[in-house]
Amino acid sequence: MSAEAHHAEPGFFRKYLFSTDHKMIAMQYLFTGMIMAVIGGYLAYVFRMQLAYPSQQVPGYGVVSPNEYNSLVTMHGTIMIFWVAMPVLLAAFGNFLIPLMIGCDDMAFPRINRLSYQVFFLSAVVLLASFLVQGGAFGGAWTSYPPLSAKGAYNLTPVGASMWLVAVALEFVAFLLGGINFVVTTMNGRAPGMKMYDIPIVVWMIVLATIMFMFSVGPLIAGAVMLLFDQLLGTGFYDPGRGGDPLLWQHLFWFFGHPEVYVVLLPALGIVAEVVAVFARKKLFGYKTILHTAWAVWVLSFVVWAHHQFVAGIDPRMANVFSITTLLISIPLAEMVFVYIATLYGGSIRLATPMLWALAFMAEFLIGGVTGIFLGASGTDIYFHDTYFVVAHFHYTFVPIAIIAVFAGLTYWYPKMFGRMLNETLGKIHFWGSIITFNVIFIPLFITGTAGDQRRIYSYAQFAEQARPALQHLRVVSTLALLVFIAFQLIFVFNFLWSLRHGQRAEANPWMANTLEWTVPSPPPHGNFADMPTVYRGPYEYATPGRREDFWPQNVPN
Amino acid sequence: MSSPTHAHHPAYVKIWAVLVVLLMVSVLGPLTGIRWLMLLLAFGIAVVKAYLVAKNFMHVNIEQRWIAYLLIVSLALIVVLFAGVAPDVMKHRGLHWENRAAQQAVEAGAHAAGPAHE
Amino acid sequence: MSSKPIATSRSAAGLPTARLVTWWVIASEIFIFGGLLASYVMHRLGHPEWAAQAAHTHTWAGALNTFVLLTSSLFAVLAHKAADSGDGARAARFLRLTALGGTTFLCIKAFEWTHEIEAGFVLSSGGFWSFYYTAAGLHGLHVLAGVIIMLFFAADAARNEELQRVECIGIYWHFVDIIWIFLFPLLYIAR
Repeated sequence: MSAEAHHAEPGFFRKYLFSTDHKMIAMQYLFTGMIMAVIGGYLAYVFRMQLAYPSQQVPGYGVVSPNEYNSLVTMHGTIMIFWVAMPVLLAAFGNFLIPLMIGCDDMAFPRINRLSYQVFFLSAVVLLASFLVQGGAFGGAWTSYPPLSAKGAYNLTPVGASMWLVAVALEFVAFLLGGINFVVTTMNGRAPGMKMYDIPIVVWMIVLATIMFMFSVGPLIAGAVMLLFDQLLGTGFYDPGRGGDPLLWQHLFWFFGHPEVYVVLLPALGIVAEVVAVFARKKLFGYKTILHTAWAVWVLSFVVWAHHQFVAGIDPRMANVFSITTLLISIPLAEMVFVYIATLYGGSIRLATPMLWALAFMAEFLIGGVTGIFLGASGTDIYFHDTYFVVAHFHYTFVPIAIIAVFAGLTYWYPKMFGRMLNETLGKIHFWGSIITFNVIFIPLFITGTAGDQRRIYSYAQFAEQARPALQHLRVVSTLALLVFIAFQLIFVFNFLWSLRHGQRAEANPWMANTLEWTVPSPPPHGNFADMPTVYRGPYEYATPGRREDFWPQNVPN
Repeated sequence: MSSPTHAHHPAYVKIWAVLVVLLMVSVLGPLTGIRWLMLLLAFGIAVVKAYLVAKNFMHVNIEQRWIAYLLIVSLALIVVLFAGVAPDVMKHRGLHWENRAAQQAVEAGAHAAGPAHE
Repeated sequence: MSSKPIATSRSAAGLPTARLVTWWVIASEIFIFGGLLASYVMHRLGHPEWAAQAAHTHTWAGALNTFVLLTSSLFAVLAHKAADSGDGARAARFLRLTALGGTTFLCIKAFEWTHEIEAGFVLSSGGFWSFYYTAAGLHGLHVLAGVIIMLFFAADAARNEELQRVECIGIYWHFVDIIWIFLFPLLYIAR
């Protein structure tokens, strides 16, 4: 796929499974993430069918039992965040883009990079294997709160609970190994001439996100060891009867869990920045503003975590503090979106598929951000907490991040990754089909949530005060929209696979972009650059007055 | 290279000797029988020892300046974590709430240890 | 190694890549130990009754181990000095002495834990003991990892290869030492 046969062609295993080439590792992460996305989507399909048509046969699954329902929602959340969003946004794009965009031949530590993927692969195997053990996969929610998660008698999935913890811990190790590589490579491996403010925004964002991940995950690694000991070795770290405190887990989890949102958000914002500048044919408005707001998000993200715990029994005075910081963090993020809109203003916009996805990201993420205000303020959160309003809000942030921005990035860099162009018509059909159905899935959930529908309920029929038959049609609409959404993804899969062989051949720079990855052939050969590039200017010099072409690649002297 | 570790090696054995003396002082702390003095000695000396090791053995003093900032930011975020969690976990009562299980554990422990315990 | 990528040999940030990565590893380790120790400290302050459990630890064993680690740190930094002057054989000797220090530390630890377990104090004996074994165990794993890596680097250094690694494993070792400098009063002296 990637290596031109300069010397002896490496064997299948050396090339695809034990490669140290950053592009191959990126593809491994990408395809693993996509396979996991199919599994996560299948789980969502099963439990949405259960919610729309309670206790009936689900085609392709069977009747869902209450325990299985818990496992389904838990594993859907876990897989989509830790095994789809993280590997695709951070690891796949990070691995593929960082060395190419900063103009070097590989990661600083290629073998540690390979180890990172191998540990990640192992973590995925452990997680998927937990479906097969006695009691089934973990059913204590993706946040894994004790005492529910600490005692098998409570969560009814004693083996699955521990396997879940081990899998998550392995996954963290994988991203620590990969992440340190990202940071060090970007700091030390830049091409001559590339100063701090010449680094493309997406690389900045991936590195900032990585540092954020490295700093927030440590306490949770310690906390996960403690929870594992509670499960297996009879300690009482989170057992109030024995001097422990279950709130400690919540704090350690969200000290990581909330920055985690920004860990995946920042790369998504970076991808959107690249796409917007290229397809508006205009210099990115306020490069430094974006960076400074990203730093502000970075700092603030470490002081907002307890807004997930307003109803968990934290002190109301602390809840006030965390309400304020939470509302504050929306300011830099809003500013960033304004900067992107300002970039569009006066540009000559080309509505190619990547641009459509980037624009959709801004529109949909805006809804996610605005509904977050209700949950960040502790007063309203007490009502909305644990309703489908939270679910809808969450998906209005995470679907733009992990689906929409990823499609923007994939459709934009596909020619560079595989040397072929995607089909534009299919791309646009897929775009409109996905965006419309996505809104039809989640807008009804805002309504049912506001009406009081609790999440994590297997069947409303068993709770008289929860039944609300008048809302059932909304639950059905949401499920049906999901079915259509999934059907539209088949178009993307077809387009992706068909274009690999039959797409139009991509030249080196089909989008006429400035960043360094577009100066090498598509797909880039082993070692990336035939001659190591030198950088002369920032990455967003589009439509410079007095130049014949409307773009000005970073490595062209004048 | 901007950090000249060559020709910048302080007298390591001397620093080691200082560290060992400090260690002995902190071990002798409990013998005084004065609780606050013992704690002050134990943790004050730990900070001093950590500073000496970081400065002279890890060469933070001649490393690029931002490395020191990186370490300080890391420690500061741990302090933030502590400040955000302690009001709920360290304290056993607050505004409109109390943690009865923890209070009982403390009381039971105090009885078991006898009245001399603080 | 001739197969190293160009990315490894560049140093746009102004310090060698090996040392840069060491510092980032240490920064992320600070958060693992920091989270655990912060949890311990807030529990300890909230539960004065844990002092009765803490009274059963062997201060002399902890003090001896502190001495062993401090001394091994001295050897590590002397290895760095030797590597700086290009004397790989001498650096390897000091690295092996450091590894010996780490091994001694683990032996004393094993001896100490055996006594405590025989006296009936195990991981699940109470809040203090849970934190005691978890924190010291996590630290012990870092000592073990350091010893193993150090022996590999010593073998390289003895052939005058990869001498820049001597300094990096030293920095890591001093960090492990500093963690113990704080664990010692937290687990042994304060009661």
